[in-house]
Amino acid sequence: MVNREAVTCQQVWQEISNYLEGDVDAGLRAAMDEHFRSCQRCKSVLEGTRNVISLYSDERMIEVPSGYGRRLERRLAQSARARTRGWSTWSAWLVPVAALVLIAGGVRIASSLTVPRPMLSQHAQPGRDIPPDMLVIVSEGAKDFHVAGCGVIHNKATARTITAKEAMQQGYVPCVRCLRKYVETAELRPASLESVADSYLDAEEDAKEGLRVSGH
Amino acid sequence: MAEPNVVLNNPGAGTPHEQDLIERVQRGQNELFYELVRPYERRVYAAALAILRNETDAEDVVQEAMLKALANIRQFRAEARFSTWLIQITVNEALMRRRRERTVVMEGIDDRRDEEGEYTPRDFADWREIPSEALERKEVRQKLADALATLDRKYREVFVLRDMEQLNIQETAEALGISVASVKTRLLRARLMLRDLLAGGWNQGWFSRLPFEKGTKPW
Repeated sequence: MVNREAVTCQQVWQEISNYLEGDVDAGLRAAMDEHFRSCQRCKSVLEGTRNVISLYSDERMIEVPSGYGRRLERRLAQSARARTRGWSTWSAWLVPVAALVLIAGGVRIASSLTVPRPMLSQHAQPGRDIPPDMLVIVSEGAKDFHVAGCGVIHNKATARTITAKEAMQQGYVPCVRCLRKYVETAELRPASLESVADSYLDAEEDAKEGLRVSGH
Repeated sequence: MAEPNVVLNNPGAGTPHEQDLIERVQRGQNELFYELVRPYERRVYAAALAILRNETDAEDVVQEAMLKALANIRQFRAEARFSTWLIQITVNEALMRRRRERTVVMEGIDDRRDEEGEYTPRDFADWREIPSEALERKEVRQKLADALATLDRKYREVFVLRDMEQLNIQETAEALGISVASVKTRLLRARLMLRDLLAGGWNQGWFSRLPFEKGTKPW
């Protein structure tokens, strides 16, 4: 049995959130459980924190403006109609033209869809274990893809959201800042250190470029 | 493996009905898309509002995000949670909107402070459980919303995405473009700060004294 003195109140407070997530190891959990049994102050912190989470996670905590759902439904319906209408208008001539294009260039089109474009940056790491469905941001003229909120997104005016898989197929490489964890695995190979450093420099340049653009 | 102490509900996630709807929309039945997103329409709104803090902007961003989700529905893969995918698109849109409109400047100064410092709880009085039934009362919901609104942006966003939107830690980190370690640090602080804020008012009996006298704050 782990002694209560194994953890201090301060340690308990720092781990209380992880404890509630089930994200502490068995030894620490046992020590914290023991601590909560005999420390009323920490027990109060635990109970309050758990209560706070359960209250805010309640759907009733989310209030939406009056008519919000109806407006969203209408907007989506308009879009669905426009897409259908657009298709029926264009499809009259689009189908034969598309058929001709496919017949003429079928082999080339098929191969270009399956073979990814080369990486846009010569220096960057290709990235590893990136979830293919992760939504990322790319922009025109940039080499990297980013997660939303990254501070070094180049040419933000043209930023668009696509999946990581598409970004990689289009030759984009993961940003060394916001997606660092996916490129760090490559650092195990000594030869790649230099190219990681190079891609940091690229990111610096992108950041400077961003500042210049935002200064207009 | 330890059991998580907090049970988070995720209504409708991955049900056969939802799977069926997704496949039908992916095959071109766009008119079914609203039915597909309706169970999550409140959550995506809350995500946008947490970032933009303006109801009109949040609603506008949700509409744009849902149109984008519809346009990209074929990229959705069944192994992901549909709700998470919608929330991530919404957060992306909201963050881009905020960057464009530069509304971030006013809150930016405080944001670099204190993240590394440890947070010490202030109120150690025995916790009086706030029952979930209390949420039926608008005043209680308002007090909780007010407490959340007092948090710095970085704490509020992480708390909303993890505890209200029920993204996991990794998804929260990816959506906001920050590290998992930052999410954990901010989440800890957000939760403890909210507990302190609510304890201060709750233990002084604001729940039993509702409605409040005009102009008084419970904490």
